[in-house]
Amino acid sequence: MAAGHSPLSQFEIKRWVPIEIGDYDISFTNSSTFMVLTVLTISLFLILSMRRKALVPGRWQSMAELSYMFVANLLKDTVGNEGRPYFPFVFTVFMFVLIGNLLGMIPYSFAFTSHIVVTFVMALVVFIGVTIIAIVKHKLHFFTLFMPPGVPIAMAPLLVPIEIISYLSRPISLSVRLFANMLAGHTLLKVFAGFVISLGLFGVFPLAFVVALTGLEIVIAFLQAYVFTILTCLYLNDALHLH
Amino acid sequence: MPEERPHQDLEQLDDRLAKARENAGISAPEKQQKNTHPGSALGLAMRVGVELVSALAIGVFIGWGLDTLFGTGPWLLLVFILLGGGAGILNVYRMASGFGYTAGYQKDQDVGDDKSGEQSPETED
Repeated sequence: MAAGHSPLSQFEIKRWVPIEIGDYDISFTNSSTFMVLTVLTISLFLILSMRRKALVPGRWQSMAELSYMFVANLLKDTVGNEGRPYFPFVFTVFMFVLIGNLLGMIPYSFAFTSHIVVTFVMALVVFIGVTIIAIVKHKLHFFTLFMPPGVPIAMAPLLVPIEIISYLSRPISLSVRLFANMLAGHTLLKVFAGFVISLGLFGVFPLAFVVALTGLEIVIAFLQAYVFTILTCLYLNDALHLH
Repeated sequence: MPEERPHQDLEQLDDRLAKARENAGISAPEKQQKNTHPGSALGLAMRVGVELVSALAIGVFIGWGLDTLFGTGPWLLLVFILLGGGAGILNVYRMASGFGYTAGYQKDQDVGDDKSGEQSPETED
């Protein structure tokens, strides 16, 4: 198999416009291109579909309203009405992950959510933001999170580090879930697509499988955007309603 | 039937009122059981793995960082590997038994759903 056709070559970062400031490489890569494309797609979708603001929504308008209502209900179910000020952020996260995943499904495109750097930074933003909200809202009371009430004081030296580690592991489990799903899915697609040619006539079987897998991948694109969003909501809920 | 119609309308109105109240945040929404997503067995297995490993990774990272900071041989690393493993098991235990994602022991309203553990704003401090 040639080097360019490895199932993993699709994840390669290519510097399209090399920029270097000092020692930092801030080149405009294919990854950044697709992030910009994602933001453009979301903006165009929302602005154009809501332009008419019809009372009886058309197809595009109802899609935009559907995504709005979906996130709004998700936020209300998990956080309650205190979560309303954070709706813009949660909606942005949802749309960015979702459209990023979906754009990645287009052949020859690049799925930036399959890079741990991207998902980890997003998870870190959520994690740090939520922690700041909790500290601002509850002041020092926030730290009782690590020492649950009703625990004997002798257990504290063991329990507090464990709770802190458990708390710190949140952004990792949040980001790894999205990243691993996208990476595995795209690699699997490429591997099975490679069988289509090499098996000759029997290639129809892997081809059928690839078609089915593409459908599954689109489901996963939605599902992972949903999971990322609902976990963001849950962390927000923990921060707002500290027990 | 002219006599049944107003009654039906009233019943519908009740539903719609409840819904509108819920949406406006006047009355609390009822809890609904969802979170049965496709491929949940594999998803659950994956989540258990990720929860275990991520806590362990944080433990290793903290232990290693403190060791290089204080120059205390491998000892802090060893301690934090154990703590990280404990935190991982705690994560999985919480996830599986519906404690939700909170640090601290807070029992969820609905036990045993695999993803979100829909939490109500409990207040008991």
